[in-house]
Amino acid sequence: MIEVRNLTHIYSEGLPHESVALDDVSFRIEDGSFTGIIGHTGSGKSTLLQHLNGLLKPTSGTIVIDGTDITDSHTRMLDIRKKVGLVFQYPEYQLFEETVAKDVAFGPANLGLGQEEIEERVRQSISLVGLDYEAIKDTSPFELSGGQKRRVAIAGVLAMKPEVLVLDEPTAGLNPKAHYDILDMVQEIHERENNITIFVSHNMNDIARMSDRVLVIDKGHLAMNGTPQEVFSREEELKAMGLALPDATEIVSQLRKEGMNLPADCLTVEQAAGAILTALGR
Amino acid sequence: MPSSLHSGDDDTTKKMIRDITLGQYYLGNSVIHKLDPRVKIMAALLYIVALFVVKEFTGFIAAVVFLEMVIIISKVPRRYIWRGLKPVLIIIAFTLAVNLFMIKGEVLWQFGILHITREGVRTAAFMGIRLVLLIIGSSMLTLTTRPIGLTDGIEALLSPFKKIGLPAHELAMMMTIALRFIPTLLEETDKIIKAQQARGADFESGNIFRRAKALVPILVPLFISAFRIAQELAMAMEARCYGGNVKRTRMNAMKFARRDLIAVVIFCVFLALIVLQRVLL
Ligand SMILES: Nc1ncnc2c1ncn2[C@@H]1O[C@H](COP(=O)(O)OP(=O)(O)O)[C@@H](O)[C@H]1O
Ligand SMILES: [Mg+2]
Repeated sequence: MIEVRNLTHIYSEGLPHESVALDDVSFRIEDGSFTGIIGHTGSGKSTLLQHLNGLLKPTSGTIVIDGTDITDSHTRMLDIRKKVGLVFQYPEYQLFEETVAKDVAFGPANLGLGQEEIEERVRQSISLVGLDYEAIKDTSPFELSGGQKRRVAIAGVLAMKPEVLVLDEPTAGLNPKAHYDILDMVQEIHERENNITIFVSHNMNDIARMSDRVLVIDKGHLAMNGTPQEVFSREEELKAMGLALPDATEIVSQLRKEGMNLPADCLTVEQAAGAILTALGR
Repeated sequence: MPSSLHSGDDDTTKKMIRDITLGQYYLGNSVIHKLDPRVKIMAALLYIVALFVVKEFTGFIAAVVFLEMVIIISKVPRRYIWRGLKPVLIIIAFTLAVNLFMIKGEVLWQFGILHITREGVRTAAFMGIRLVLLIIGSSMLTLTTRPIGLTDGIEALLSPFKKIGLPAHELAMMMTIALRFIPTLLEETDKIIKAQQARGADFESGNIFRRAKALVPILVPLFISAFRIAQELAMAMEARCYGGNVKRTRMNAMKFARRDLIAVVIFCVFLALIVLQRVLL
């Protein structure tokens, strides 16, 4: 379980350009859950994620993961990094090795594992991200396509076998096919490992379809925390924060305004279609 | 335990990186800020020359008073000036030590092979004052002039040399671009460092070879990013038909105003004082 208590982060505190990126944020994430985070650009999502594996230190507040306070200065950073895997936005820009296999091995090697264990994990995680290990292991990561590069970068984090997988806008800048491939892969890993998965996305359809819980961040504050149904039923508030509804929810909302008798909590096209057919009496 | 295992220092390095980039120009609205960059650049250069013309301590009086006047008028807080001085303190200390111990003369104090002479103390103090004034003087230029103003000013001052083949515009453009991309590259570096730290990289422990090797995962992605950024910029400039120095006009043309004339007169008085004290004393 992850427990964030009164987390505040101020960049460049005390300087004229200081900025409060997070202001008294508290929430809990249960084991095995899939959490989506939404918020306008600059609302503090990336700042929040970077606290979860100790890359940023809170200005005040604490983060407790499975009973360990990761903001305590005595907690070993390597233990936190092992527990919480963070995939940055555009993670393909962190690739640096000559071959795919060597690059994926970077994380496990830093954990001080043995050679055999490392090789095993590299093999596993490359297949986990849907790539053919034998075919790709000796190619240069820089020769791959954008979607493949991203998979390799994600494999590099998965190879550390994190119990918590955190992804910052994992599909930004990908074509529609690669977009769905990556999300399916994340979902598959979540189901197989039953890990905690946390992801940031601007695509409300993905958030609605995939998450058990949704956190809404607005100007550094935690504005909402609930199920996708709860969050996306608060249309006015979301729109005031510059956020959109999932397409299906938006259509149903428009039809409701036209006077059609539909439930407010449709999130997917299938749900919306079903509800509309029922309302039409078919 | 190596310090990198604590959660604190990642953040400190990052703060430092940002402070360096944002630390140079101090946003202000004073007369000094508004002066023509050409005037400021020439004044800073001549001020440095003047510091080397001074031969006696009394000569520094004019230099200190002039600089103090500039600082007060510019309204730049002292701690910003102090911040610019801090990184070079080691160089100053080294210069002081070399002068203090190496110069022969009337011995004031001796310990083993170390001795301090009257002449040593004098020279060390003289060099110390000169160095501090030199650094503060030149940082007043960068604190009160936007980078873009600096490069425009340099271009204008170099343009007479175009006749002998000096590519003044191209040089200035290169400087402008470099300045513009320093913060971008620092941000990029910060991101890459964090991404590798998330994969358990450790940049701070081990001997010098291990540390040097630990830089590879940062440098390779950084170079790739730099080339990508350069390529994108070149493409964007070409898309807007940038073609070097073909009679380009400026959005903010530099104008030599009345206040510039006043500044030049005051500065000439200062120069005259320096020359006078050199000749008379
Ligand atoms: N390294 C940094 N230094 C200073 N301010 C930053 C830094 N990173 C982000 N910020 C500021 O913090 C706020 C939140 O940024 P971020 O967490 O990146 O937002 P998001 O990921 O939601 O777009 C923004 O106002 C941003 O300008
Ligand atoms: Mg972000």
